[in-house]
Amino acid sequence: MAEKIVYQRPKSWIEGVHTHYCPGCTHGIIHRMICETLDELDIRDITTGIAPVGCAALMYGYIDTDFIEAPHGRAPAVATGFKRIRPDRLIFTYQGDGDLASIGMGEIVHAANRSENITVIFVNNAIYGMTGGQMAPTTLLGQKTTTTPDGRDPQRAGYPIRVSELLASLASPCYIERVSAAKPAHLHGLKKAIRKAFRNQMENKGFSLVEVLSTCPTNWGMRPTVACDWLVNNMIPYYPLGVFKDFE
Amino acid sequence: MGKTLMKGTEAIAEAAIQAGCRYFYGYPITPQNEIPEYMSKRLFEVGGVYVQAESEVAASNMILGGGTTGERVMTSSSSPGISLMSEAISYIAGQEVPVVVVNVVRAGPGLGGILPSQSDYNQATCGIGHGDFNMIVLAPGSLQEAVDMMQKSFDLAQKYRIPVMLLCDGVIGQIMEAVEIPPGHGKNLSEPEKWACGYMKERGGKRTIIRSLFLDPEELEAHNRKLEAKWHEIEKNETSCEKYLTDDAEVVISAFGTVGRIARTAVDDLRAEGYRVGLIRPLVISPFPYDDFESLIPGCRHILDVEMNWGQMLKDVNRGVRYRLPVSFYGRSGGMCPGVSEIKEECRRIFAKLSGEGGDQ
Repeated sequence: MAEKIVYQRPKSWIEGVHTHYCPGCTHGIIHRMICETLDELDIRDITTGIAPVGCAALMYGYIDTDFIEAPHGRAPAVATGFKRIRPDRLIFTYQGDGDLASIGMGEIVHAANRSENITVIFVNNAIYGMTGGQMAPTTLLGQKTTTTPDGRDPQRAGYPIRVSELLASLASPCYIERVSAAKPAHLHGLKKAIRKAFRNQMENKGFSLVEVLSTCPTNWGMRPTVACDWLVNNMIPYYPLGVFKDFE
Repeated sequence: MGKTLMKGTEAIAEAAIQAGCRYFYGYPITPQNEIPEYMSKRLFEVGGVYVQAESEVAASNMILGGGTTGERVMTSSSSPGISLMSEAISYIAGQEVPVVVVNVVRAGPGLGGILPSQSDYNQATCGIGHGDFNMIVLAPGSLQEAVDMMQKSFDLAQKYRIPVMLLCDGVIGQIMEAVEIPPGHGKNLSEPEKWACGYMKERGGKRTIIRSLFLDPEELEAHNRKLEAKWHEIEKNETSCEKYLTDDAEVVISAFGTVGRIARTAVDDLRAEGYRVGLIRPLVISPFPYDDFESLIPGCRHILDVEMNWGQMLKDVNRGVRYRLPVSFYGRSGGMCPGVSEIKEECRRIFAKLSGEGGDQ
């Protein structure tokens, strides 16, 4: 009987390595979707990733492409510097909400506004994961973190920033979509968006950003399945899924 | 090409292009605005790339990303902007990316003023960002030197995969004088650099990771040891110092950059008056030419250090002469330049004191 492979390690995933991510963390899923995309579009050996500061700082240990490390928040500037010199190569940044929406807000807005021909994977889990669960710009109102022990109060800490909507208000970017990694039903959309964001770059269409709603069971203080439900019930109402900009 | 009358900033920009630089990322700040302005026009003509960044923070991270391709990239700024770039320069040093940064120094601290200064000597030479690292710093004393050093800056950056700074006091940026910009040699990049990013295909699937993160302390120590060994090599090979009439000099003036040029006129005038005075001027201030200073010890009785700051180079001068010669200081700050007559007056005072102590004069 002929063997039928239904699931296997993507070629772009380095053989034999396991991630350092906490149980139930969605980084692994998002990494896998990037690897599958690199395989399917056959672009692994012309792609360079920009590793962020945050939980994914070590992602070059899992994804088998060239990588440049960037200071916290500066990945879009590093990507700009590279891509302007090597327009025939692909480059993607992978940034968390503290990285992209707080310390790196300046860099992301201006890279989007110049419509740099780069792909940005923005992982929004509403908290600082690596540093141990502090408030992020995307932390929901009332959400408890180590620096909002009574829950985020807009009087003191402002309202959560909707990055996709904010960037979509600019005239220049090509493609901005928000997807989720919380439920199996979301994963088709996640993959499709990542693939489109890479394809846009291959077709020189300009700046593409995929915002991925993601969980942090450890710092949210929840079991992984509860965290996924919490995301659906609390994050998606405030951060609706959908396409915010598409030049096609 | 022959000599052309040019403004400092524009001559520096053209020299960078002649040296093979095709990629410039910058942000406006006085007194260096003519560099990005010139680049925005000329780089387009020669098929290069100019990006106006949203900040010095972004500009310096753009050269980090650009430099990983192995191409010749640069940015320019002035003091407050360089402070913002110090974050990226630490990463650039740790990640061993070749870049060139031009700093047209203005007076600080804070917003300070826009007139010439040398008050960023410490910032440039004593570690501009966090961590154990050094940067090569060249300090031109004239426009011609600045132009020549531009070529050298790119060569050194790529030879050692290290950030190189051309530290120009504001005078160098803003004067006009006749310079010759020889056609330089770029770098042949038809073959990809072995270490550079974006060549995984050409390398047959072998990848490159350009990083400074080493969570294992033994691994980080080994990385830092490698950087330190490279710096010792640079200290051995790349110091540069001008000594003018120092052989028989009783008093030697130490100065760098534009002040060195002013001091040279003072030396000539004082020699005409019969004073045995000389000048020592480091052209590379990091690594510092300690040995050249040490060589002054046998004949010299006094060093007068003159700077456009409150004496930031003094610690290196003292270390250079092994703390065995008396060193005094004269300086101006805040955008004020020490004049020839002020330096001569200071020298005459020193000679008077020395003759009171029983010198030859």
